Amino acid sequence: MNASPPFSPSDRASALLDRRLVFVTGKGGTGKSTVAAALGDLCASMGKRTLLVEVDARGNLTDFFEHARVGFAPEEIRPDLYCMTMNTEDSLEEYLTIFLKMGRVSRLSILSRVFDFIANAAPGVKEILTIGKIAYEATLMEGTAPKWDTIIVDAAPTGRIVGQLDAPAAINELFEVGMVREQTDWMREILADPLITALAIVATPEEMPVTESIELYEMTKRLDVRLQTVFVNRVLPELFTTGEEETFEHLREPAPSRYLEDEVKGSIEPVFEAARLAVRLRRSRVEHIRRLKASIPVPTLYIPYLFVRDHGQRSTHLVAEAIREEMGL
Amino acid sequence: MSPRREGHTDVLGFEGLLAAKEIVVFCGSGGVGKTSCAAAAGAMAASQLGGKVLVLTVDPARRLATALGLEGIGNVEREVPPELFMEAGHEPRGRLYAAMLDTKRSWDELVHRHAPDEETAYKILENPLYHNITARFVNAHEYIAMERLYELHQTGQWDLIIVDTPPSRSAIDFLEAPTRMAEFFGGRFLKLITLPYRAGGRVGARVLDVAARPFYRLADRVLGSDFMQRLGEFFLYFQSMYDGFVERAEEVERLLHDRRTTFAVVTTPEAAPLREAEFFCEKLDEFGFDLGALVLNRVLPDYLRDPAGAEAAEVLRHPRALAEKLADEFPDLLTPDITESVLGTISDNFQNFSLVAMREAEEKRRLGTAVGAIVQIPHLDHDVADLDGLLEIGAAMFERGAGATTKGSAPLRP
Repeated sequence: MNASPPFSPSDRASALLDRRLVFVTGKGGTGKSTVAAALGDLCASMGKRTLLVEVDARGNLTDFFEHARVGFAPEEIRPDLYCMTMNTEDSLEEYLTIFLKMGRVSRLSILSRVFDFIANAAPGVKEILTIGKIAYEATLMEGTAPKWDTIIVDAAPTGRIVGQLDAPAAINELFEVGMVREQTDWMREILADPLITALAIVATPEEMPVTESIELYEMTKRLDVRLQTVFVNRVLPELFTTGEEETFEHLREPAPSRYLEDEVKGSIEPVFEAARLAVRLRRSRVEHIRRLKASIPVPTLYIPYLFVRDHGQRSTHLVAEAIREEMGL
Repeated sequence: MSPRREGHTDVLGFEGLLAAKEIVVFCGSGGVGKTSCAAAAGAMAASQLGGKVLVLTVDPARRLATALGLEGIGNVEREVPPELFMEAGHEPRGRLYAAMLDTKRSWDELVHRHAPDEETAYKILENPLYHNITARFVNAHEYIAMERLYELHQTGQWDLIIVDTPPSRSAIDFLEAPTRMAEFFGGRFLKLITLPYRAGGRVGARVLDVAARPFYRLADRVLGSDFMQRLGEFFLYFQSMYDGFVERAEEVERLLHDRRTTFAVVTTPEAAPLREAEFFCEKLDEFGFDLGALVLNRVLPDYLRDPAGAEAAEVLRHPRALAEKLADEFPDLLTPDITESVLGTISDNFQNFSLVAMREAEEKRRLGTAVGAIVQIPHLDHDVADLDGLLEIGAAMFERGAGATTKGSAPLRP
């Protein structure tokens, strides 16, 4: 797979977890948030002090842990797992308080609202408030050690992630002076350090998620952040080995299937059909996985299709366990 | 099948809905197959109901463009070759067209239309902030889709327009887009930003109002005064389009509320998209839009819930004895070890899929009480690669049974 010597440590499947700051992206519907939550679950269970940041959605990331919603301030929702919801207004206010040494004057909140309005219009401002807050958390120290061992970001979907990650670079082009401009250098340093920051893409083995992942990989080549891992979610396992498939076909012949029908009391046909369905579903997806692997030269980890449709902590934990296994931990 | 909501259009089913309405807007969260469903509905309407049907799509999978016989779909409507229908075994009653929403171009056209003169239009289009703002400000993407729909409908040359909406952060962004666009242009923040550049009617002169002074001091410090100036200028020009914009936004809004317009919410039977769909249905109702149908995509086949199958799978959980008997009976076909493993595997597999199918059925039952028309599309085991595939989805929507209209792929039911 990674034939080129010398062996690079970042080719290891578990290298993602060595990073302090991990951005998780993916096309809508691929399970991006599930994987981000599962990574948080996994890191925390390994004893890492973990911060899980929800950036884009409606603040329901904590649903994956069956916990009430959390706000901008990180809240410990289970041992070693902290969760926060990004809010650019709060981020701006915090920034003004820290860097401008402004108190939390009541007037400020009106100003933040105006800023929030501007932030919507000016390219990169909203993103920089998001990335800035996250990068800031990554620089925080407690004593001599970083405050967070791991920060997992449930980031923007593939369509918008480049705008988010590229904000510090983009902002330099628009702002000639001002404090926003002054802040971008240290952010870029953190994002560009491959030992600190990494990007992970979540895809399902379907046409559009794979196509978008490949397009994103091409775009990351000019970004500060480096793509480290691709998760292929909802992978159906191969049902039969070659020999087994032949036996299955024999069982479906009229005489054996009649014999089976008598023996099992119920009806064997639905069981056969379900097996054929699993085989066909798997086959139609294999090609997409192949295309993905051929186009993106980073470790690919598979998360099996879970035969549960629940999004609670049970399935989050199952996904975390699947990732742990894939990483060989 | 499911409890019907009184007085709703679904008495005629989905087919009737497509026959009765002029605009059907497909919405739903990302990855649920919204684009395919919209295209399938369009193909089926053109094929079975006749008339001139347009599918306005946002970002079609390349495969889908190919399926429609179009090498890339542009902003301009193009006809899907009727030969493709013939090849798929259909003699279409009507004609099918497809167009793709080119957001950037549509915005440029809008600016040209509403700017008071060419010079202002040029200044807006050249401003570095313009691209960013039209790319995402006040749901710009959603707004322009609705605006384009309005324009197409106004031409009067379409019997039916099917809209595949862009994936939104929240599906609700669409419904609010026209209103919020109008609010934005009249908003006080916009006034505050453009205030200093309006004094004396001269762009660039910055005369500070006392009340606004602290804001600008801070803004200059954080964002830089150059930037603030560019921003102010931009919005000042932009405001010159105010009247045209607001009027248009109101017309778009009216069209969406028109009785000729309906919405179809697409979802898969998975928890997250379903929750989003339910939320969206509630919002449609709240905003007074017509919810025509809920399209449940990728539904697992019914045989997975067959009790006789479950009984068989249960027996096969301990397959050793049976495998030995089978191998004795058919020695030239089967060996006990592999047979045992295969029987165990297919038993597990049935029980796995059956579990998911049960959960889906339960979700469907819950939805049935909330929404009138429910359209079910089976879980296809292949990508939709051609018109044939789209018509297969369409047939399921029209409840015509998969076998009735397709020739290629075998139906999933036994």
